Amino acid sequence: MSTRLPAQIVKELLSYLRDPKSRLTLVGPPLMQLLIFSYAVTLDVNNVDLVVLDEDAGRGSHELIQRLQGAGFVNELSFVDDAHALAAAIDRREALAALHFPADFSRELAAGRPAVAQVVLDGRRANAAQITLGYLSAIAADTGAELARRGSGSAAPRTELRHWFNPNLIYRWFVVPSLSGILAMLISLLVTSLSIARERELGTFDQLLVSPATPLEIVIGKTVPALIIGSVLGTVMILAGVLLFRIPFTGSGVWLLGGLMLFILSMVGIGLMLSSICRTQQQAILGTFSIGVPLVLISGFATPVENMPDWLQLIAQASPLKYYLVIVRGSFLKALPSTDLLANMWPMLLIALVTLSSAVVIVKRNLQ
Amino acid sequence: MSEPARSGITATGFSARRLTALVRKESLQVVRDPAAILIAFLLPVVLLFLFAFAVSLDVRAVRLGLVLETDSADAQSLAAAYAATRYLEVTPARDRRTVAAQLVAGEIRGFVVIPQDFDRRLAAGDGSAIVQIITDGSEPNTASFVANYADGVVALWLADRGGSSAAPLGLEPRFWFNPEIESRRFLVPGAIAIVMTMIGVLLTAMVVAREWERGTMEALMSTPAGIFEILLGKLLPYFGLGLIATLGCALLAVGLFDVPLRGSWLALLILSCTFLVPALGQGLLISAVAKNQFVAAQVALLSGFLPALLLSGFLFEIDSMPVAIRALTYLVAARYFVSSLQTVFLAGDVWTQFVPSMLAMLAIGAVFFAITARKTHKSLDP
Repeated sequence: MSTRLPAQIVKELLSYLRDPKSRLTLVGPPLMQLLIFSYAVTLDVNNVDLVVLDEDAGRGSHELIQRLQGAGFVNELSFVDDAHALAAAIDRREALAALHFPADFSRELAAGRPAVAQVVLDGRRANAAQITLGYLSAIAADTGAELARRGSGSAAPRTELRHWFNPNLIYRWFVVPSLSGILAMLISLLVTSLSIARERELGTFDQLLVSPATPLEIVIGKTVPALIIGSVLGTVMILAGVLLFRIPFTGSGVWLLGGLMLFILSMVGIGLMLSSICRTQQQAILGTFSIGVPLVLISGFATPVENMPDWLQLIAQASPLKYYLVIVRGSFLKALPSTDLLANMWPMLLIALVTLSSAVVIVKRNLQ
Repeated sequence: MSEPARSGITATGFSARRLTALVRKESLQVVRDPAAILIAFLLPVVLLFLFAFAVSLDVRAVRLGLVLETDSADAQSLAAAYAATRYLEVTPARDRRTVAAQLVAGEIRGFVVIPQDFDRRLAAGDGSAIVQIITDGSEPNTASFVANYADGVVALWLADRGGSSAAPLGLEPRFWFNPEIESRRFLVPGAIAIVMTMIGVLLTAMVVAREWERGTMEALMSTPAGIFEILLGKLLPYFGLGLIATLGCALLAVGLFDVPLRGSWLALLILSCTFLVPALGQGLLISAVAKNQFVAAQVALLSGFLPALLLSGFLFEIDSMPVAIRALTYLVAARYFVSSLQTVFLAGDVWTQFVPSMLAMLAIGAVFFAITARKTHKSLDP
């Protein structure tokens, strides 16, 4: 066993890294995706097109419109003459939001009564619309406070806001660490799920089974190379986050590496289980896809797990990515303490133990 | 074959009968392929389900810490206002340090501090800050929700206390097409575009690539059937499969996920048919270039599925992306389909929006088919 196992691991590693083409397909696409998607994936709202229907044309609406024209999130602010044109602009998705100032807007404001402008938002893009509404409300409240102060000399109380860990809410600081985990996960899942399936298709799996190697050795021999490849890729992408995207790294690199390896190990376990069921490479690819996409979607990558219905939150506990995302995001921005790290590491260890031992059992059954 | 004149079969040109036979053969192949059944029927249901429930942009109950450093009547009243809100789940605390640790651990998404001198600040009338709102910036989307909402609670509370301190300038929002602001309503129509991309691009690319891999494509080409007939024979079953899957998804969306269909089924059908042109074109092109299942699947995922998911405006707002990536999205057919689907489901038949989108999709499809035709012709040459 002492010489057999290392030999098998070296052989597996070579099968991935032997020729430059397969080395490139292993490393190239994930890094390219990290670059493109870190810029594309954003729930920030910028470059918003607004239309304004101003039936007031008084001081109040003028003041607000001027502030909107100077606001950073607005791309283009255009005026329409009637409600019909306003509706058409929303219908055709030419504007995300439309402001409608009624004729008595400035008059109400001058009389000291609250003046209300109507905002029509495109519910087809409800998320961006809600964030836009937040920006618009803040500007309206600011303008109102300013006008009131000019009027009465006293100012209304306000609140003080601070965003910890990411003061300017830069979305990329959130996306890049998460993407590094997702991409490392997909690669290790694909590599392992293809490993046994390919040998089966080529017929070499039977040779492996009749060799003196035990099922445990076979599984370890498949696990270690995938673990190395996934961990190295994950580390490279974390480094890209620190060096290329300049995201602050406040946690411990050693703990993060430990978390990454546990995470990859649990994904390798899932991949091997999948692989030992699949007969052909095509099935393995489709299987990876059918398992990988749901695992990503329920992990809380794009939207927090607590938004999901309770029963789905329960299922989400089975996604290793859910725990790793807490670890990798926390290590980057939050200097996550060891108690929180451990709390998210043992579930991954548990998943790894269950899936890897199932893989051994399935391989064993293949022997009989 | 004995009576070529009557049956219309000639070695060249187009034959309806030959095409029918090819379509029948390919359809049988589709129905018998477990991969096709998986991609066309099982995965769409799983995906729709996940997009309806797992990917929810609707904030349900954000856990918020509330540090009360004073017990004055006003402070108690504001604390009660926080406890009464629908979207916040408030955990009271006495000390900032406990909530700070909870924030790091991710147990709460933000906290509000009502300071010791709350009453004095409230009475001052000099615009001083009466409460402090701290959010977990490591999740920016939730953080801005918490900030807006926690701030709104204070504004409402102030307005309730005495009219004068109410914001004199307000906005009355109306969300058209989706007044309840349920993310499911725009995510599920978008997910249909993802499903169609899977069938049109991924499935077609893989299956046709398998034919190249096994050499059965060359076998077909050596028959009297023309290349146009062969390709059409391959595509029509997938076209049908795509339409059936769309219909199924649309029925699920309307029946199970409560998404309204405010436009017409006819418009939905026309839009779906149009989108299948670039999708099938892309699948065919990938298979013709890759001629190998594994490479075809990888290219289809990279150039079809991921752009449809991330660059189509389905989940992430295109307007917010950097210019270079925004330019890239114009080449993604799913971009036009997603916006049309959201319109046909939520807004109605807005043909002024549909027609430009359909023209763009057809143009992209034409490019794919033109390149495929060139590639395939070349491969037939000796």
